Formats: sequence, C-alpha cells, structure tokens
Amino acid sequence: MSAVVEFEKVVAVAGSFPVLTGLDLRVAQGEVILLRGENGAGKTSFLRSCAGLISVSSGDAHVLGFDMRVDRRAPRRYIGLLGHENNLYRDLWVREHVEFRAAAVGAAESDTDAALLRVGVPKQLWSVPIGSLSAGQRRKVAIASLVVGRPRLWLLDEPHASLDSESRENLDVILAEASQLGATIIFASHESPPTNGIASRVITMGGGRVLEDSGAS
Amino acid sequence: MLAETLLVVRKDLRVEWRAKVALGQVAPLALLILVVLAFALDANSSLLELGAGGLYWVAVLYGGTLLIQRSFDVETDDGNMDAFRMSAIGAPSLFLGKSLALFVQIGLLELVLGSGIALLYNVRVTDWVLLFVAAVAGTVAFSVCGVLWGVMSAGLRVRATLLPLLLVPVLAPILLAGSRAFETALGVRADAGWTWASLMFVIAAIHTAIGLGAFGFLLEEG
Repeated sequence: MSAVVEFEKVVAVAGSFPVLTGLDLRVAQGEVILLRGENGAGKTSFLRSCAGLISVSSGDAHVLGFDMRVDRRAPRRYIGLLGHENNLYRDLWVREHVEFRAAAVGAAESDTDAALLRVGVPKQLWSVPIGSLSAGQRRKVAIASLVVGRPRLWLLDEPHASLDSESRENLDVILAEASQLGATIIFASHESPPTNGIASRVITMGGGRVLEDSGAS
Repeated sequence: MLAETLLVVRKDLRVEWRAKVALGQVAPLALLILVVLAFALDANSSLLELGAGGLYWVAVLYGGTLLIQRSFDVETDDGNMDAFRMSAIGAPSLFLGKSLALFVQIGLLELVLGSGIALLYNVRVTDWVLLFVAAVAGTVAFSVCGVLWGVMSAGLRVRATLLPLLLVPVLAPILLAGSRAFETALGVRADAGWTWASLMFVIAAIHTAIGLGAFGFLLEEG
C-alpha cells in the first residue's frame, strides 16, 4: 500500500513551544489509525500538521504525496478535518451549510441530502438554523459536511464527542465504509472501547512523538 | 474562479440575510450617529449642509468597520477559520467573494445613510453622476481594504479592538476623498470632485491587486 502520511523526524513548533519533537510515522492508504495519549501528547498537533495548519520546522513530511515543507496547502483539497470545534456557520440553516461545503469541493447538490441522511440528521432539522441545534446535532452536521466531500484522508479530533451511543456506532460504520473505499482515517480519541474496534492500528503518543505503535513490526 | 467567487458571495450574503446584523443593527446605529452629529452641531442647517458629505462618510466608516468585523467574526466563530483555510476554494476567490459580499452590505448601508442625510441634513444634489460614482468607488475601496486588513487580524485574540485600530488609518484617505467628492456633488465645494473619486478607484485597485496576490499568505499566517 502507498503511504498517505510519511513523517520522518518531524519537529513542529507552535509559538515557541515544540509540539512535535522528532515524530516518525508512516500511514498507508486505507488504514484506520487511532491516536491515543494524554492531554498535550501531540495528537491534535499531529493532525493539524497533516492538514498543513501547523508548519513543519524540520524533518521530512509528506501527506498524500505532497511535500509539506514545500507547499503545506497542496493536499488540503483531499483532506477532511474535524477538530474539537465543529466549523459551522451558526446562522445558516443545516442544509445550506452542508450545501456550501459540498459546492466548495465540487460535490453534487444531491450529495448533500445523502450525507445528512447518512449521519442521521432528520429532515425536519434541515431548515433549522445551526445555532439552535443541540451539541450532538451540530456534531452530526459537521460530520455530514465532511462526508459530502468524500475526502481521501480523514483527520478527526475526538469525533465522537457529544454524540449519543447510537450515533457513535453510526459514525464508526461511516468511517469503516470510507476506509473500505480506500480512504485513510486518523482519529484521536479518549473513548474507551468499542471505539478501538474500527481502528486497524493504535498509536500512543507522548511528548510530541510516537511512544507505542501497535502496527510496528 | 467566478463560480467560486459567487459561491462565497452567496454564502456570506445568506449568513447576513439569516442573521440580519447589517440592516437590523448596523444601519440603525449608523443612522443614529447621523442624528447625534446633527444634535452635536446644534441642528444648524447651513452647517449641516456644508458638512453633510464628511459626516456621511464618518457614519459609513463606523458602520463599515462593524460590517468588516462581522464578516470575519463569522469566519472565526466555532473554529471556522480552519475550514476557511482548508477550503478547496482558491485564495483569490475567497478574497473577491468576501469583498463582493461586503460591497453589497456596505452599499445597502450607504443607501440607508444617503436617505438619512437627505432627510436630516436638507442636502441638494447638484451632480448625481459624481455622487453615484464616488459612492461606488468608496464602497469598493472600503470593501477590499476591509477584507485585506480583516484577514490579517482574524486569527488574533484581540481582533475586536485591533481591527478598527488598523483599519481606520487605512480607510482615512477614502474618508477624505469621499467627503471631498460628495461635497462637490452636493454643490458645497467647487473643486475637483472627479479627481477625488478617481483617487478612491486607485486605492481600491492597489488593494485589490495586493489582496489577489497576498490573501492566501495572509490567511495562512493570520
């Protein structure tokens, strides 16, 4: 399998604080990676580095074949990122928001409805301002906004946060399906199993580097 | 690029249509400023007629700054700046789209304020073409400058206070040129109103060129 993420001795600094301190990690296409680690271990920084939102100070970093030290914006059109926040326009209606995200990546309008239904946002909420939704419903809209773009690389930071158990299971199914279709998924989570269930590999981080890798030979 | 630009315009205007901040809050506030200024000048009609052009642009400066701020608050709320950066839409389209959406909103604000000075300040327009061209030039200049400086401060914690501080000196030449052009159009000044209007187009063109080239970098580093 070709490598989707290849980090070698990567150092990244946020402000004056080193957030990645010589990270070595190779992720192959189709893998589902669970990132574990204590708060401040570097999970979020790694995800943001993969998205090119934190620049790499030294080391070699390639994402989807693009050299992140040359152009960290290049792979973004193939990446779906979901951070702690939902990245939603609160004043827009649910459908309008997902429609905008769909149009931005060139997806068809019909994909919007399919994505909303897939993540379990009921039709009666489609014409409701996002700001009036519950935290769990907003998380679902955020996930629908990713689903509609069919990213090749999913970067998810605590994606199950605010979701009820049924929606968590549904999200796991969505991720498993995306992986079967060739997408690569890297997600950080503090959830106990069954979240581990969908992961093909578990990586434990600490101090901005990999401490343990279940897939290491 | 056109399709991407229009997509951003449609999104921004839709957000505004749903939230109704520009017409529901900013326009009444800017109108109130016109009223307060009239009181401050003791409702002296000849003084108000003389100063109408300048007072109009002061109100536009205030309301426009609020609209520019709002335009980037929407992008920073709920971590949206990440999505903005991750967007597949090209940086020049983002810049033009946000500028165009701001142009529409500031244009609407100016229509309201124009009606306000007509009613409150008893002005008579002697050159409608100059008035229209100067208003368009000023609005374009306000919009592109606003987006360029708005994105620079968008990622900062202190943006609410920093943006006006950065923006007002940049917008001051537009305020000056707009005031002079309006004074000519309102017949209270006989000098080169068209030159002042042209100056605003030049300011707009320079900022548009900078914005098209640098918006991506500013978005990234902001």
